[in-house]
Amino acid sequence: MTAQGRKSVFSFGYARHRDQDAPQPVKHRAIVVGAGPVGLACAIDLKLRGVDVVIIDDADRIGEGSRGICYSKRALEILDRLGAGQACVEKGVVWKIGKVFSRNDQVHQFDLLPEDGHKMPAFINLQQYYLEKYLVERAAELGVLVRWRNKLVSMTRRSDGVSISIETPDGHYQLDTQWLIAADGARSTIRDLMGLEWRGEVFEDRFLIADVKMTGEFPPERWFWFEPPFHHGHSALLHKQPDDVWRIDLQLGPQADAKTEQQPERVIPRIRQMLGHDKFELEWVSLYTFQCRRIGRFVHGRIVFIGDAAHQVSPFGARGANSGIQDAENLAWKLALVLRGEADESLIETYHTERSAAADENILHSTRSTDFIAPRSAQEMRFRDAVLDLARHAPFASGMINSGRLSTPATYASILSTLDEDLWTSSIACGAPVPDAPLTDAQGSPVWFLDALGGEETLVVFGDQSPQASCRIVRIGADLHDTRGLLAKRLDATDGSAFLFRADQHLAARWRKPEAAVIAKAVARMRGQELNASSKLAAAQ
Amino acid sequence: MTQLDTSRRFADPDSAYRALIDAHRGLTDEDSAVLNTRLVLLLANHIGDAQVVAQAIELAKGAKAIAENQSA
Repeated sequence: MTAQGRKSVFSFGYARHRDQDAPQPVKHRAIVVGAGPVGLACAIDLKLRGVDVVIIDDADRIGEGSRGICYSKRALEILDRLGAGQACVEKGVVWKIGKVFSRNDQVHQFDLLPEDGHKMPAFINLQQYYLEKYLVERAAELGVLVRWRNKLVSMTRRSDGVSISIETPDGHYQLDTQWLIAADGARSTIRDLMGLEWRGEVFEDRFLIADVKMTGEFPPERWFWFEPPFHHGHSALLHKQPDDVWRIDLQLGPQADAKTEQQPERVIPRIRQMLGHDKFELEWVSLYTFQCRRIGRFVHGRIVFIGDAAHQVSPFGARGANSGIQDAENLAWKLALVLRGEADESLIETYHTERSAAADENILHSTRSTDFIAPRSAQEMRFRDAVLDLARHAPFASGMINSGRLSTPATYASILSTLDEDLWTSSIACGAPVPDAPLTDAQGSPVWFLDALGGEETLVVFGDQSPQASCRIVRIGADLHDTRGLLAKRLDATDGSAFLFRADQHLAARWRKPEAAVIAKAVARMRGQELNASSKLAAAQ
Repeated sequence: MTQLDTSRRFADPDSAYRALIDAHRGLTDEDSAVLNTRLVLLLANHIGDAQVVAQAIELAKGAKAIAENQSA
């Protein structure tokens, strides 16, 4: 698989757990299978919400290449709340400019975050192994130790939980859990055991990923070429990572042979041609094809699928890990409420509806990008080339150039949201994640709005109001001050406006001048309690 | 005189592009050419302005010439 035997970056040992010596299978509330970024994020979020969680992984190391390298603003905001965002941003390469070239010429440029006043950047590039390492360390800090080399081999489902059988270097043992979270990736064992089928498209074009080490002559921007002179007839992507490592992505076409194309003697000349020199070292090479597909349902009784185990996309757009981290966050607060007995189990169904809709959106964007990058017929190629050629003369065409639409968070059209009754002119809709803004606290010290929200349900009130609510209330103008006016602007807030945020910082409801009764109703709805009431009503009829 | 509008007119250009790709998927090259020809006639009629159509023809031909020069 690798060109230069760099098999693992960080290794962890197997350690026998006392659960393995228990006479009866030990019962847990939640077990996460898979210690990738998504599983780790979910385990940390659950732990922060007071759920004791077990996380197992069949490997004992992190590494074998940089893999997912682009982390979006929303994913970083979530990671920041989990306590790992700062490390990522410090290590990562911050970028926001993308340039698209056709043959020799630049035909398009985009800026992913043209405004300031956000704690997190639009994107960072970071080798996946660093993100995983930070998350493993953060989990350990919270007392969640990954059980490495614990491989789930079989399971028995019940209506109130799952029994699983785990293989370790010193034998099998059983565990029992109320909830099983499948974060075991694209080749999910749990999905295989359940026989769940993928729905979607498999693409034939092969792509070569190479990480090369060199001191940079390119700016930290995303550069994408259609039919560059150095790689005739195909596309190429160049992206900077930390440690002077550059990610190169080369389209090879459907006929490329996986084995031959990964040989250094084959890879090095291609890269030499692209860079125009050979002052680089090959760090990692991998050949991939991709799929844009998902499983039908993300929730099967007490088994919940998150991340690549539930959905996959092409890499153009960085919608894989970023959406997986949003899955983790969406599930964690709901599961914590259910496990605390504060919400009915039916709340977990909204994880499926919200995140499968997000997956569909990601798959749609990803499929469209792939249509543009890897046309399937002569006519599709003509459309693509016509757009690229027209873009030099006609502004509309540059809007059609699609080298990947980069990950943006989903806005949930959710039954947990309360529909707007007032008019709003801000760009965010109900169900959207709230934008960040710089604020100051009562002492005048700077505070980021998202840090102030944290992971807690919050009613944010503007002006001199003191409404009642069964969740935390933050008053802008009293508890915190919107000195620059950016929060009010981004939310379109006026004096008396109130905004209700879910525990994942998505907007659940907003009003210009709310009454206590409507707030109480919206809070109940946001927690799925209304949902429960209406389903009970439906059952009674 | 009405000018050919080359500004971004679609709120979701990716969806418009995809609709064209979808229309052609599975067609032979010849069937695709037939489909495109019909589309051009329909859209030209919808524009209903010979001058605008003439400008579009000119721009489309020009874009092609530039592309050929570059690959040469």
